[in-house]
Amino acid sequence: MAAVKSNEDNKSNFRNKTLPTVLFKIARFNPVTDLRMKFIDYKVEYENWSTVLDALLMIKHKIDPSLALRYSCRQASCGSCGMMINGKPRLACFTKINEVKSDVIRIEPMNNFPIIRDLAVDLTKMFRNHKKLKPYIIRSDSEIPDFSTSKEFLQDPDSIEQYIQFANCIKCGLCNSVCPTMATDSSFIGPQALTQAYRYVSDNRDKGKKTRLKIIDDKHGIWRCHFAGSCSKVCPKGVDPAMAIQFLRGYLLGFR
Amino acid sequence: MNKFQKNRSGIKSWLNPWGYGIERIAYWLMRITGIGLLIYFIIHIYETSSILDGKAAWNKMLELTQTTEGHIILMIVIGMSTFHAINGIRIMLGHGGIGVGKPGRPDYPYLPKSQNMKNKLCIYAAIGLAALAMLYGAEIMFSE
Ligand code: SF4
Ligand code: FES
Repeated sequence: MAAVKSNEDNKSNFRNKTLPTVLFKIARFNPVTDLRMKFIDYKVEYENWSTVLDALLMIKHKIDPSLALRYSCRQASCGSCGMMINGKPRLACFTKINEVKSDVIRIEPMNNFPIIRDLAVDLTKMFRNHKKLKPYIIRSDSEIPDFSTSKEFLQDPDSIEQYIQFANCIKCGLCNSVCPTMATDSSFIGPQALTQAYRYVSDNRDKGKKTRLKIIDDKHGIWRCHFAGSCSKVCPKGVDPAMAIQFLRGYLLGFR
Repeated sequence: MNKFQKNRSGIKSWLNPWGYGIERIAYWLMRITGIGLLIYFIIHIYETSSILDGKAAWNKMLELTQTTEGHIILMIVIGMSTFHAINGIRIMLGHGGIGVGKPGRPDYPYLPKSQNMKNKLCIYAAIGLAALAMLYGAEIMFSE
């Protein structure tokens, strides 16, 4: 893949084939210097296998080094590269350009997260809520009772199936970005954190259910979820936050 | 922090039901019908309270509902209440964790089990029955 600018070099150096091009319209905003967001166009060539992240990095390296974005693993594992791709929250590294099926790709920062710069958003609040729900096994005994001995809280394969799906969360924030409650209630705890609460509540080694249910039973807690289900629709790891949230609420309502 | 920096999708995220499947449309319809029924409820209380001013006032108020506009409004109310009631049952069961699938190891392309066929059929049924109820209501009101 190459910028249109270096199209000719690419052809002679690499192969004798004209690559398809796509127009990226990228949101640019620097809170320190800009009063409003603007869109800048970049035309890039792409291969069959190119992802949106490949294109963005190419733009950054070859056309406009001032473009700010966050990424790390490039393989849908770290959860850093969430952004709006043609209006939908997706991972840039997990979205191939040709699967977007459009000659114009509009890239914006993930909704419902404050912008640090351009496509990089501030995930602090999401991590704070995640932490608030105690994402670890709560017990009175410890895996490391003292410095000389240690034991493991063993788990059997059948019990793992109860929560492995929810443990797949990579904290990308796409679910929070699409949630209609998050869109208007900045204090809402959010689908990401609620799902992690259920991940630990459903772990039979954990004894922290009461503590977590108390935290989510709040006016900005679980009751603000209206089961629109969009969180599950956009989750790139099959976590299905809507399922976890309803199970969690089932405990509070006495269904479970 | 200005609104660009805050970057909240705001109320427009409630108003746009497209792009995330029938479940998001159901969420949108549930909100719209809920607000519509609340408005109707307030008007209805005002309407029925006219009886306190005597039979003549009550009859005058009733006449309003016997117009074409009145019939159309009542038709919409019938549709709203039917959808809201049926979808409401689906949501209430879902909120208790009933009918949202069973957890398990997800496989690509990760179709969410909470958006299973049962849920989708319930939504389609709620929309279909609301349409039928509206037609039935129209048939009665307009054939009077
Ligand atoms: S639940 Fe899914 S969408 Fe939400 S943060 Fe975790 S991986 Fe991302
Ligand atoms: S770069 Fe790690 S998830 Fe995309």
